[in-house]
Amino acid sequence: MSLSAAARRSLAQRCSHLRRESPLLWCHRSSAPQEHDLGSRRPPQPWSSRLRSRAFSSPSAASEQDKPKISVTFVDKNGSEKSIQVPVGMSMLEAAHENEIELEGACEGSLACSTCHVIFMDEELYQKLPEPSDEENDMLDLAFGLTETSRLGCQIIAKPELDGMRLALPPATRNFAVDGHVPKPH
Amino acid sequence: MPLHVCVVGSGPAGFYVAKKLLKRFDFARVDILERLPAPFGLVRSGVAPDHPETKVVINQFSRTAEDERCRFFGNVCLGTDVSLEELRKIYHVVVLAYGAESDHRLGIPGEDLEGVFSARQFVWWYNGHPDGKDLPINLNNVETAVVLGQGNVALDVARILLRSPSELSSTDIAEHAVKALRTSRIRKVYVVGRRGPVQAACTAKELREILGLKGVEIVINEADLQTTDCDLEELQSSRIHKRVFDLFCKSATFTKCAGRDKQLQFVFFRAPVSLLAAEDGIHVRGVHLQKTRLEGNNPRKLVGTGEFEELDCGLVLKSIGYKSLPVPDLPFDHKKGVVPNYFGRVRSSDATNETERGLYVAGWLKRGPTGIIGTNEVCAQEVVTSIEEDVNRAVVSNLKEVPGSVGLESILSEKNKRYITFEGWERLNETEMEKGAVKGKPREKIVGIDEALAIGLAKEKE
Repeated sequence: MSLSAAARRSLAQRCSHLRRESPLLWCHRSSAPQEHDLGSRRPPQPWSSRLRSRAFSSPSAASEQDKPKISVTFVDKNGSEKSIQVPVGMSMLEAAHENEIELEGACEGSLACSTCHVIFMDEELYQKLPEPSDEENDMLDLAFGLTETSRLGCQIIAKPELDGMRLALPPATRNFAVDGHVPKPH
Repeated sequence: MPLHVCVVGSGPAGFYVAKKLLKRFDFARVDILERLPAPFGLVRSGVAPDHPETKVVINQFSRTAEDERCRFFGNVCLGTDVSLEELRKIYHVVVLAYGAESDHRLGIPGEDLEGVFSARQFVWWYNGHPDGKDLPINLNNVETAVVLGQGNVALDVARILLRSPSELSSTDIAEHAVKALRTSRIRKVYVVGRRGPVQAACTAKELREILGLKGVEIVINEADLQTTDCDLEELQSSRIHKRVFDLFCKSATFTKCAGRDKQLQFVFFRAPVSLLAAEDGIHVRGVHLQKTRLEGNNPRKLVGTGEFEELDCGLVLKSIGYKSLPVPDLPFDHKKGVVPNYFGRVRSSDATNETERGLYVAGWLKRGPTGIIGTNEVCAQEVVTSIEEDVNRAVVSNLKEVPGSVGLESILSEKNKRYITFEGWERLNETEMEKGAVKGKPREKIVGIDEALAIGLAKEKE
């Protein structure tokens, strides 16, 4: 059975809920895994060098200022909030770093790690994002404290519909040392 | 007064601990020791050459090393150049983050035949690790390889054997390895697991990549994809396993394309019983396997069925897990291959709740050899939290004066031991990149220790 791209997207959306419940429904028979030609697959340029090149080339620097901005609030694991203005088109990882918010980005946006994992606090706004790619889902598999509204910060791109979004930074530790706690046998 | 810290090991575990300590304590002074000339541990010597984006984290680690409160000491080996006892006297805090440089053994006959290596040895070889360059591997007479294990390291080694050498030649793969791969006659690789595709330890990104490898036919027995109720329960409770199993299913349903001259076959439910010798009694010629079955529920047990089969091969790579090495004066759990610890605080033995003052572990030495680079960030947070609690409670020597770096320099100079600073590494780094640029590679790794030291130690004398 072959589906048009639009029909596939619509089916994928409707199936996303089911996919989380039943593994057998995932065995799509319709598309072949893509062949990887290393020669043509270039790793995405690390965001830090994209940021530097943007800062130093005047025309694009000026246009950053003119771009419409949305309001985004980051909430850390202690509940402290920081609200920032993010130009449309910027990723949440870049926005966090520009505003000194502690969001780790080990691979600098190349979809090779899960350290920029953030949690959407509003389900409605989460639904406004495009579906994660296979590559993003592969990295989300490995994220700590994964939730139903988790995404990678480097893949969330600011757009007007996301104005007001609140993103929680997941707790960094799974185990919390408590005073007086008797250590478990290792 | 400064908090003097020594971190042993400059891989992700060591660097994340250093980074978080420097952030948490303005007054921290962190020295990072590394036995090799070059830093970064498995990011440099473990991550495969065709995964350059995974190495970008080096940028962050370099920024930590460049902090004026941080000093890198390359070419300094714990045990040989300075003892753990000495370090604990001259620093307030010692964090051991030296990873796992040994292997679990199968413990079966034939394990020491020629042509049998651990995956770690093969990875060190193609990644230009100084200790791996002399691996006695011969790919010219071998058509079939067997990889035992189905984790990400198993997929890495299978992929490097099967990827076209022309693709590899533009990566940072070691020159001696790509040369050997160009004349390799290997056309078939088996990746063998004791259990089924539901239990496979690899993750989706790596599996997706190898299933789509150019010019390689994938062979999976559809019968191995049958699931029991227990399997379905396991899949329900694990997103990672669900997506990996889905990829195996998708791959098995496609008609095989003609004209692919290499094959990758996933073999499930087979446990190695012995490695078979060729007529010369020296080289490996095959693997003797027993069919297995999973029985019971909670916990499921792996049992042999009494049926056996053989796979012919000329190369066996064992990818069944790394293991840490003990050092003198360090409590060690030999069975698990880790240091017993309580949230990173080293326990005096695994039978006691007492911990060693000022001594901590991080990374694989603490948790065992699992997880990805990012796992170390979470691990480091836990260790640094323990250190912070201990410093706040003045558990760590009530912060009496200790010499720190100055003490270490004194010990090393008494032994005439020269160390590589981070500037020395940057010189070595530049040299590697220049040599690589000539060949269209991101770098040409300098594999010989002497050559690396000559560059890294140059102009060190003030």
